[in-house]
Amino acid sequence: MDVITFHYTISPDDFTRAGEASSDVKSKLKKMGVTPEAVRKVAIAMYEGEINMVIHAKGGEITVHISTERIEMVLEDVGPGIPDIDLAMQAGYSTAPDAVRSLGFGAGMGLPNMKKYSDEMEIHTVIGEGTTIRMVVNL
Amino acid sequence: MTVEDIRKILGAKVLVGEEHLSEEVKSACGSDMMSDVLAYSKDHSVLLTGLCNPQVVRTAEMLDIVCIVFVRGKKPDEAMLQMAAERGIILLSTGHRMFSACGMLYEAGLHGGAI
Ligand SMILES: Nc1ncnc2c1ncn2[C@@H]1O[C@H](COP(=O)(O)OP(=O)(O)OP(=O)(O)O)[C@@H](O)[C@H]1O
Ligand SMILES: [Mg+2]
Repeated sequence: MDVITFHYTISPDDFTRAGEASSDVKSKLKKMGVTPEAVRKVAIAMYEGEINMVIHAKGGEITVHISTERIEMVLEDVGPGIPDIDLAMQAGYSTAPDAVRSLGFGAGMGLPNMKKYSDEMEIHTVIGEGTTIRMVVNL
Repeated sequence: MTVEDIRKILGAKVLVGEEHLSEEVKSACGSDMMSDVLAYSKDHSVLLTGLCNPQVVRTAEMLDIVCIVFVRGKKPDEAMLQMAAERGIILLSTGHRMFSACGMLYEAGLHGGAI
């Protein structure tokens, strides 16, 4: 079965532009006729991940695979890695500095939201190298 | 209620989306933390916030939020106004503080929806 793939490079330098990839995916899925429910799940999960790549890591790459059954997002960053994934997954846990908090992020809700809005989620992380998060939303 | 009702109740100024004021709003959410907002996904909702940066518009876009109300007289910049206009999101600005603005809407029958 056909799979359409979209690829994005996430720049770490410009917080203002963080979310542009998620925004692009959202409008593409909408045009493709994906259900509003699934579009919203993908948009929220990917946006949280994209923001994390900018505020906690040094950017990276996002690849989105779309088939008739599922949408798979792979977010691969160059960053410090996550030392304790179980802790990071807890609602309210955040290491975000005040500068990030004043921008409206750092509630420690991003990873829990990604889990909540995706049907499958896997985190692979290597300290000092980076984190890869794979999420799937079933159609 | 409609966005026009919200505008009246809060004595708010319309910054963007004058042409969409008849849109229906069924629930509301007030926060300055965007991930708290993203945890909340309801149809036809309005976001009240004291945060004023482009990620507020982006967050509203992801959730299909109909209208953003900036409290405490916060004024978004030109780039934010344009972002909202492109996405069909209404922007309102009120001088009221967060607590009062939320209370006024709640009293008028706009609730947060069950958790
Ligand atoms: N890509 C990443 N690289 C390194 N650390 C990360 C990454 N993503 C998350 N973390 C760590 O996990 C913590 C929790 O992440 P989560 O997204 O849940 O919350 P947050 O980003 O701190 O705040 P919020 O998402 O509510 O704005 C972060 O504070 C950070 O320490
Ligand atoms: Mg986060």
